[in-house]
Amino acid sequence: MKNKVLTISNLSKSYNTKDGEIEAIKNISLDVYKGDFIAIVGTSGCGKSSLLNILAGLDNDYEGYYKFSDNNLISYMFQTDCLFDFLTIYDNCKLGLNINNIKDYSYVDSLLKLYNLEEFKNKKPSSLSGGMRQRVALIRTLALKPDVLLLDEPFSALDYQTRVAISNDVYNMIKQEKKTAIMVTHDISEALSLANKIIVLSKRPCTIKKVYNINLGNNPLERRESKNFSKYHQMIWKDLDINVN
Amino acid sequence: MSIKQKKYLKKIKQTNRIILFIQLLIIFAFILLWEILSNKNIINPFIFSKPTLILKTIKNLFCNFNLINHILTTLYELLITFSLGIFLGFIIALLLYNFKLLSKIIEPFLTMLNSLPKVALGPIIIIWVGANTKSIIVMALLINLIINIITIYNGFVSTDNNKINLLKTLKASKRQIIFKLIIPNSFVTLISSLKLNISMSLIGLLPPVGEKTFFNKCYSRY
Repeated sequence: MKNKVLTISNLSKSYNTKDGEIEAIKNISLDVYKGDFIAIVGTSGCGKSSLLNILAGLDNDYEGYYKFSDNNLISYMFQTDCLFDFLTIYDNCKLGLNINNIKDYSYVDSLLKLYNLEEFKNKKPSSLSGGMRQRVALIRTLALKPDVLLLDEPFSALDYQTRVAISNDVYNMIKQEKKTAIMVTHDISEALSLANKIIVLSKRPCTIKKVYNINLGNNPLERRESKNFSKYHQMIWKDLDINVN
Repeated sequence: MSIKQKKYLKKIKQTNRIILFIQLLIIFAFILLWEILSNKNIINPFIFSKPTLILKTIKNLFCNFNLINHILTTLYELLITFSLGIFLGFIIALLLYNFKLLSKIIEPFLTMLNSLPKVALGPIIIIWVGANTKSIIVMALLINLIINIITIYNGFVSTDNNKINLLKTLKASKRQIIFKLIIPNSFVTLISSLKLNISMSLIGLLPPVGEKTFFNKCYSRY
């Protein structure tokens, strides 16, 4: 039986503005198990990033309940790479370690080697391409050896080819290291190529509209070539009820 | 190095030399034109002076052993106002950044103080502080401090919110966020503030209008 790493129960969130109260999230309940790769799919502005911010501990103004299992370390990967331009690539990768006074950089060194970034480690982020920057952001996210990764549309700023390559890296790493990942995205293809469970959110205020258990293949490329890929894509597209005017 | 790369570097060097040459030419032409117009009485030399007269004054001051004394006095005042301006500006900006409510309260007053013609406060400062070096420093500080606070504070608040959130998720304390992100991230703004501060401090070092005869140590500089 799989270990439960996260329990979300009746989570709701609303924003107070001068024009009134806006409900962003309404009664979301969810269980996440070790090794799960969950993709939360919703239309832009539906409240999926708000949900991730709550789970990351960045927003404490919510109703309901969520709890990660004991000793589970959480790491967050943002839409933009958020690299510090005044630091070298190496210092950017070590940021979380330095903040937490951890002096063992061997894991960062091995990741830099793995992603072919070792020769750039003393350079500044401005000398890297978008894909390389995102890889550095990934190394920074992994440096603390987190148990759960929260991914907020981490590939949205990249071009298509780089996006596929990086998402492949992320997928392989998560599977190899047996991590748990929760990713929010509006890209259905990305969700289908990475996740084993897709949660479709309704429009604001977001509620869980449908849950899909996905088994399309063993890696993102294989999944994209699967016969059922487009079938799932169409079903989720319909669930999202996107109207383009 | 390839021939193409050599050519490219040579072209950059050549362009830089041309820019420097034209800049020096503009300065030389300006000085020459000033001297000619002054000699021909097209501009009044009593009001506008002329380069040769300035050189003569510098020579006289040097011969009387006064030039170094005046330069040192100006540098001393500049150093004090510059350092104080940056130090206080930085501390106050940091306080405003940390206490959002305080910054909201203070902001309109800062804008008001910034638009105030500080030179007009010269006589009041002399009455308060006395006709001495202190009043020059207070005046210069009044001129540069407000701008420093506003510039440095704007540098702090323009920090990408995602980067702050990133540090929060990495369990950084408020102090770590300030020292590892906010301050180094505002480095460019700090440098531009330093540049602005030098010119503002120099403006402030001018003896308050109409009161320069009070300053027995500095007046002959002007």
